[in-house]
Amino acid sequence: MKIVIPKEIKTGEKRVATTPDITEKLVKKGFRVLVERDAGLEASFSDEAYVDAGAEIISESKELYALADIILKVRAPQDNCDTNIHELDLMPKGCLLICFIWPAQNAELLQALADKGIDAMAMDSVPRISRAQKLDALSSMANIAGYRAVVEASNHFGRFFSGQITAAGKVPPAKVMVIGAGVAGLAAIGTAKSLGAIVRAFDTRPEVKDQILSMDAEFLEMDFEEDGSGEGGYAKQMSQAFIDAEMALFAEQARDVDIIITTALIPGKPAPKLITTEMVKSMKHGSVIVDLAAEQGGNCELTKPHRIAEQHGVKIVGFTDMPSRLPAQASQLYSSNLLNMLDELVKDVKAPLALDMNDEVIRGATVVNAGEITWPPPVIDVAARQPAYSEQSVPDVHVTIDEDEATSGLKKVLSTLLPVAFGALLLFGMGAFAPPSFMGHFTVFILSCFIGYMVIWNVSPSLHTPLMSVTNAISSIIIIGALIQVSSQSSLITILSAVAILIASINIVGGFAVTQRMLKMFGE
Amino acid sequence: MSEGLVNSIYLGAAIMFILALSGLSSNENARRGNLYGMLGMGLAIIATVFSDAVTNYWVILICMTLGSVLGLILARRVKMTQMPQLVAILHSLVGLAAMSVGYATYLDPEIHLLGAEKTIHDIEVYLGIYIGGMTFSGSVIAFGKLSAMINSRPVLLPARHLLNLIMLFVVVYYGFEFVNAENLSDATIPLIVLTVIALVFGVHMVIAIGGADMPVVISMLNSYSGWAAAATGFMLSNDLLIVTGALVGSSGAILSYIMCTAMNRNFFSVIAGGFGKPDVTSSGSTAVAGEAVATSIEEVAQLLSSAKKVMIVPGYGMAMAQAQRAVSDVSRILMGKGVNVIFGIHPVAGRMPGHMNVLLAEAKVPYDVVFEMDEVNDDFPNVDVTLVIGANDTVNPAALDDPGSPISGMPVLEVWKSKMTVVLKRSMATGYAGVDNPLFYKDNTRMLFGDAKSNMDDLVKVLG
Repeated sequence: MKIVIPKEIKTGEKRVATTPDITEKLVKKGFRVLVERDAGLEASFSDEAYVDAGAEIISESKELYALADIILKVRAPQDNCDTNIHELDLMPKGCLLICFIWPAQNAELLQALADKGIDAMAMDSVPRISRAQKLDALSSMANIAGYRAVVEASNHFGRFFSGQITAAGKVPPAKVMVIGAGVAGLAAIGTAKSLGAIVRAFDTRPEVKDQILSMDAEFLEMDFEEDGSGEGGYAKQMSQAFIDAEMALFAEQARDVDIIITTALIPGKPAPKLITTEMVKSMKHGSVIVDLAAEQGGNCELTKPHRIAEQHGVKIVGFTDMPSRLPAQASQLYSSNLLNMLDELVKDVKAPLALDMNDEVIRGATVVNAGEITWPPPVIDVAARQPAYSEQSVPDVHVTIDEDEATSGLKKVLSTLLPVAFGALLLFGMGAFAPPSFMGHFTVFILSCFIGYMVIWNVSPSLHTPLMSVTNAISSIIIIGALIQVSSQSSLITILSAVAILIASINIVGGFAVTQRMLKMFGE
Repeated sequence: MSEGLVNSIYLGAAIMFILALSGLSSNENARRGNLYGMLGMGLAIIATVFSDAVTNYWVILICMTLGSVLGLILARRVKMTQMPQLVAILHSLVGLAAMSVGYATYLDPEIHLLGAEKTIHDIEVYLGIYIGGMTFSGSVIAFGKLSAMINSRPVLLPARHLLNLIMLFVVVYYGFEFVNAENLSDATIPLIVLTVIALVFGVHMVIAIGGADMPVVISMLNSYSGWAAAATGFMLSNDLLIVTGALVGSSGAILSYIMCTAMNRNFFSVIAGGFGKPDVTSSGSTAVAGEAVATSIEEVAQLLSSAKKVMIVPGYGMAMAQAQRAVSDVSRILMGKGVNVIFGIHPVAGRMPGHMNVLLAEAKVPYDVVFEMDEVNDDFPNVDVTLVIGANDTVNPAALDDPGSPISGMPVLEVWKSKMTVVLKRSMATGYAGVDNPLFYKDNTRMLFGDAKSNMDDLVKVLG
């Protein structure tokens, strides 16, 4: 089966769909990998590296596409400005295209693919279920975008991120606010944190609070309760009252922080406007806003998509190609996602390719199959499949606790009194009937049990095995009984005692020796 | 030697034994403690041999020499992974010795007692033989299970509780017969019945308990061997035996208690058997969704060398694969690279109390980096990578999260709270309790499949 990797033609796109590392793995799996000349150049992967990994380099994209069984790309197919040939026209009928397609925004492209009989899988439409995490390219790219957002911010911020005390005076740490703690937001939090900034983060979904706190960032809270968790782990649109409270919080923070990184997106809707012109005006001069939602219109009113806008002394970064700004990293992660996708897709390289539409992951990502548009896939309710016992079980627990409290007092008294009473009765009975010689031994026995109890609790748990072997050895003190009896007149008793002496000696010597051997190891 | 002198030497020996056990409270004093134990035993034996009652020196010399040589060979040859088996077989010897001494005491024509003293003495003999027999046969079965000669799955007879009850009833009935017996021939039948039932009872008890409950069984048998010695002490009116038996008995009892707490199980439910079998339905437990993510040696090596703090959590699987030395090598390489490596041990990891500690000590892991569960459980959020090697139920989050899980409430090492967890495992099979482990499906968990030893060896190569 032949996989082709064309060079990306979109201006500014530096990523490539497959790196030499992944090429090697594909070749090992039995694929034939064909790479267009200079496909990886912008991402710092030379043609030689691909050849070393077992790929073939093909100069002409026309020739390349004609050979394709599977096409791995980053961007959706588009017109080539230099040659005026649409990439689609080069693709042979019946091949499979895997790339970012954004089917919701590209209905025409879907139709064109269907008309041409090209099967297509959209890496952006992989369902968000845990099984599909390893092929979730959106998360991979969001991670990079979050990291790069901080790097861009520090690039345009004229100060340190970390606080320092120098001979020349004190430098305060930068304060960073991250809005939206999805994958990108969390990556931004981590990066800003590791540069030494004070990081605060906000999200409408309460369940991400722990994740924010675990990264040692502050979670910004407001006195308003509304759960912003929507379908598939994304955020949903909030009520007006909530938005007002939220905006008040941002206005207050805007005056204080130096950097704002916004990552707020609602699927299928324009990005919510969270940072108003007023807020930008209130920010300190030299502050930076990085708007990762710029492509969907931006979270800031003053964002200019694709470029940096300087407004009221604040630089607003509106780049829409953050992942492409770390091309080698982005290509590496994306191609790993693709490799995992191919693992799901192709069970046998020799057999003709067939899309298993019963597989949840493959079904979700496939947007065109056998000339038909198969997007959107039937809805899978992720939330409904998660166990919801937590909410129901909480009241139950309360009830049992209440009942327990009523009876626990009595139970406690009984549970201490009963053994004491029983013990007292037992002692009384023994004292009344047993002969004095027995009572003497019994006293020794009970006191020894107590000594044992005191001593053993002090034994270090790591020495429990030596404890067992040494107690084993000393419990062979039974040998004394046999030693006393061995001199008996009766030969039966002598034989029995001799056997006991023999096995007890094995035990004594064996037990002590093996204990010593173990303790020697512990001593070293 | 006069009786007074012998008794005072016995007192000295008893003190030595107490010092031996208290020495085990720290690694530093433990070896000295063991020497005290040997000294006490030596004193007690010498005093007895040279007391007035003993004349048959040749038999003693031959038996003791032979026994000592055998014991020494046993102690030298045994591998540290086989310690549970060794301890089990040694327990059985104590039980056997207690039985022999019990018969001999009963047959002893020189003991003439009347009234309450005779009754008590008879009861002591009866109990001594019973406990001894049960310890003996139970330990033999435990030995068989631990050394995989007998299938370690629990074997449950139908109506086993009823069977136990009937046996107990028969034992008590024949106990009356035995005490009331006028002469030896009357007592023979009760004694034979008692012996048979004691042996059957031991077998029946241990055979119903399987795999990971073994630590409880071993400590319980340890305790029984002590009580057997104490019972012998009562029948011989010997305080040294009583003191020693009580020390050992309470030691074993405390160990059993610790093991049961560590599994959140009731002692009686362990003894009664029943865990991960059809009669325990895991109805309430939720099905685990998701897929485990496999990883490679190279990735793990990279994770480990870029971590600041690494926790290693070993389980019985490490012992099975004999991977302790490779694990130790990995930890040493990482420490050499400046990584803070510590070990977290669950109390019931392995097949006997302290099993993992012995293996790690054998592999020369310094004991000051080996910690107990309670010492490290709060530490996990600061841990960059946790390596779980052959542990399963002891790191199962369902014990805390899932009230329907059969192991619910059992304290576990909360490895999933660390930033990344790598689980070394042979396959996706469930642990002893038969419970699925949600840990394997967590986002921050990676699975490294295959034999733990060869994986660790490869890791050493990649890291080194």
